[in-house]
Amino acid sequence: MFDAVIIGGGISGSAVARELSRYQGHFALLEKENDIGEGTTKANSAIIHAGFDAAEGTLMAKMNVRGNLLTEKLAKDLSFPFKRIGALVVCHEGDDREGLQKLLDRGIANGVEGLRIVEREELKELEPNIADDVVCALYAPTSGIVCPFLMNIALAENAVANGVEVHLQEKVEKIEKTAEGYRLTTSKGVIETRAVINAAGLYADTLHNMVSEHKEEIIARRGEYYLFDKDMGSQARHTIFSLPTKMGKGILITPTVHGNLIAGPTAEDIPDKEDTETTPEGLGKVRKDLSRNITGINTRSIITTFAGLRAHRPQHEFLLGEPEDAPFFFDCLGIESPGLSAAPAVGEYIASLVAEKLQLTKKEDFIETREAIPDPKEMTPEEYNELIRREPAYGNIICRCERVSEGEILAAIHSPIPALTTDAVKRRVRAGMGRCQSGFCLPKVLEILHREFPEKPLSDFCKSGQGSAYILGTVKEELA
Amino acid sequence: MKKEIVIIGGGPAGLAAAVSAYDAGVRDILILERDETAGGILNQCIHNGFGLHTFKEELTGPEYAARYLKMAQEREIEISLNTMVLDISPEKTVTAVSPERGLFTLEAEAVILAMGCRERPRGALAIPGSRPAGVYTAGSAQRLVNIEGVLPGREVVILGSGDIGLIMARRMTLEGAHVKCVAELMPYSGGLKRNIVQCLDDFNIPLLLSHTVTAIHGKERVEGITLAEVGPDRMPVKGTEEYIPCDTLLLSVGLLPENELSKSAGVALSPVTGGPVVDETLETNIEGVYACGNVLHVHDLVDNVSAEAAKAGLSAAAYVQGKKTEKGDSFRINCGRGVRYTVPSTVYRDEKENVTIRLRVDNVYKNASLNVYFGEEKISGCKKNIFTPGEMETLILLPKQWQGREGDLTIALEDNA
Repeated sequence: MFDAVIIGGGISGSAVARELSRYQGHFALLEKENDIGEGTTKANSAIIHAGFDAAEGTLMAKMNVRGNLLTEKLAKDLSFPFKRIGALVVCHEGDDREGLQKLLDRGIANGVEGLRIVEREELKELEPNIADDVVCALYAPTSGIVCPFLMNIALAENAVANGVEVHLQEKVEKIEKTAEGYRLTTSKGVIETRAVINAAGLYADTLHNMVSEHKEEIIARRGEYYLFDKDMGSQARHTIFSLPTKMGKGILITPTVHGNLIAGPTAEDIPDKEDTETTPEGLGKVRKDLSRNITGINTRSIITTFAGLRAHRPQHEFLLGEPEDAPFFFDCLGIESPGLSAAPAVGEYIASLVAEKLQLTKKEDFIETREAIPDPKEMTPEEYNELIRREPAYGNIICRCERVSEGEILAAIHSPIPALTTDAVKRRVRAGMGRCQSGFCLPKVLEILHREFPEKPLSDFCKSGQGSAYILGTVKEELA
Repeated sequence: MKKEIVIIGGGPAGLAAAVSAYDAGVRDILILERDETAGGILNQCIHNGFGLHTFKEELTGPEYAARYLKMAQEREIEISLNTMVLDISPEKTVTAVSPERGLFTLEAEAVILAMGCRERPRGALAIPGSRPAGVYTAGSAQRLVNIEGVLPGREVVILGSGDIGLIMARRMTLEGAHVKCVAELMPYSGGLKRNIVQCLDDFNIPLLLSHTVTAIHGKERVEGITLAEVGPDRMPVKGTEEYIPCDTLLLSVGLLPENELSKSAGVALSPVTGGPVVDETLETNIEGVYACGNVLHVHDLVDNVSAEAAKAGLSAAAYVQGKKTEKGDSFRINCGRGVRYTVPSTVYRDEKENVTIRLRVDNVYKNASLNVYFGEEKISGCKKNIFTPGEMETLILLPKQWQGREGDLTIALEDNA
């Protein structure tokens, strides 16, 4: 019997797990995929928003501003990359300046610090490649960028260190109310728990509707992106937004924490919650707007395109907490943008609700920090040499584009939530994330995985989900 | 540590450069190779057809590499394996790392860039659709089949008719896969004629010119692709889309010289080739930094790589031995009609040796001549039935052809009367 089971290993579920692990109790996090963070968390703009966008008084606004505030310490404690680079919402000649003023007023009402409108001259200083017809901008210095994969992994790993069980490949199929709490029927068996936290992203509605008569709906809203090589990474210094429209924040351009540049997303509601296909129309829209706000972006530097799905709730507001007809069932539902930014606050809030309901007491031996996999790129030459002396595998570069060593890949494979797919390795240490998109390192990463798990044939190793095997047979197999 | 010549890359270019520098009298040479064996991409090219020019016989890739490796070993040229170069400074300080040596730096008198090239990935084409397993560059698939001994797919479509794609069409077929077609965006193939005949025609694999893949389907593994005809603007023609079920898409859509290190050294790159801009000694704009092989421009035949690299080795040797004379005035080689690029792009007027010019045309030209002009004056020409972008052309320029002439050289394709 668990005290609480968290369904969904994305950023929200992992943040709840980490905060809940401050308390004494028996907790589990269930993830249906081969790795955590396989849904909405892995494909978004990777921004920790300042918090001026959501309407005043909403949970979205509160959680965003609080989440932004918490992220800096969290990033230090849990060793994931976060940079407070600031954001600019730009206003073109002839645009509605009042819209900018409204954003400013809203941001101030939401409690966002440091917001102000900057005019052309200062703007040009802040952002040298700003387009010629941009006249002013809302400057939000507290806005930041983060690695969403590593943020997710760091939170979940810290939860594991504090005793939370993480079950991969375990999908919840049925939820029933019992005298003691809930019975979850999963793809692997039956789990009894006193409380449930529903952080199932796009499928949070399905789970919610199993226990509550107050029906909820989540719509998949697809966003398509371009990722640029590092030669474009300093083309923009801040996260650059256009003035928002009804369908979202429009196409944004932002550097990433790893020095790339990202452009997107589109916003399109689609019927299939698994459909992360990119489209000629969507990519065309992003491409058309590439040079609207920032000059000098070269499409020859595009490394890849991708699409992610937001868990859009028609009410456009987070649903956090217990439905009145389903006590001990806690929703984190409708977590769309600014969901990544809000996650630390959502985790804190939900954990406190659960702890209060279950009357949990805090641990005295909570482990506050987590160490990242050593990254030679962040080391002095002396430190790097010392590391290679101890573990020579760190001197063997496997991914040449991102300079990822065998040592880092091995550390990812044997990390607290083991990376068993090439995508899981990629999200932890970036092997295959660079300009050649794993052309050179894929065979080597497969080889290393195979070496570490020799009992499994090479054809068992997948890109991400079950069925995404790379290898379909052996050569000369008719002769075998 | 100081070194006279540091060679970045131990593939065919790096090995040939080292051997020729040694034979010119330099002994203090170090090759830095990132892989666990020297020989570069040749090691996975187990088909034959290598060495027809260099050795007058037909070798496989590993055999060709072994010949050069043997020459290097006979000369006791040092090769540091598993060694990744992380940076080259404009002052020719090379920073590298290996499990054995750790992080180390070398002060080089001369550097020869021989890092080779990489394949254009799917992302660079921005093919819409899903991102499942089963989309490989042809070279990755080649490594899986020829080195790892595994089959990456059974029902295969190949996009792009570059040489590696053509070779892999045959290779996958021989291993029991079904290669449904090779689609090529351009109205002509980017590969060698001999590969089209020996790898596609001989196996009844259709080559669909002016076609492209407009979508990739399948959530976890490729389940199919959409193929469409393209018009003269290279954009898909509406209504020609066809769904082709397959589990694998191989990409052979171009090779890109891998010059991230060159950039860190301040080497100027050509926007056409993606490789360094060099003079006839194969020296870049940074004194004492030379380039050869696929990092300079993409070759079709390794024999040309070896010849070019031998020149770079000689030039680097002359440089460290102080034999190189002060560079005087040079003339440009201009690309006239039909010529996409030339290597080198400049020649010093006091050069005493013959100059080999390698170039590619920008389209298919039938019954044409490649003519060389100094100003208005035609100094040589070469007639051929067909010129194609997939086959590199070589011209030899003799000193007497530029001595006493002023202005720049222009190479242009002209139709035969």
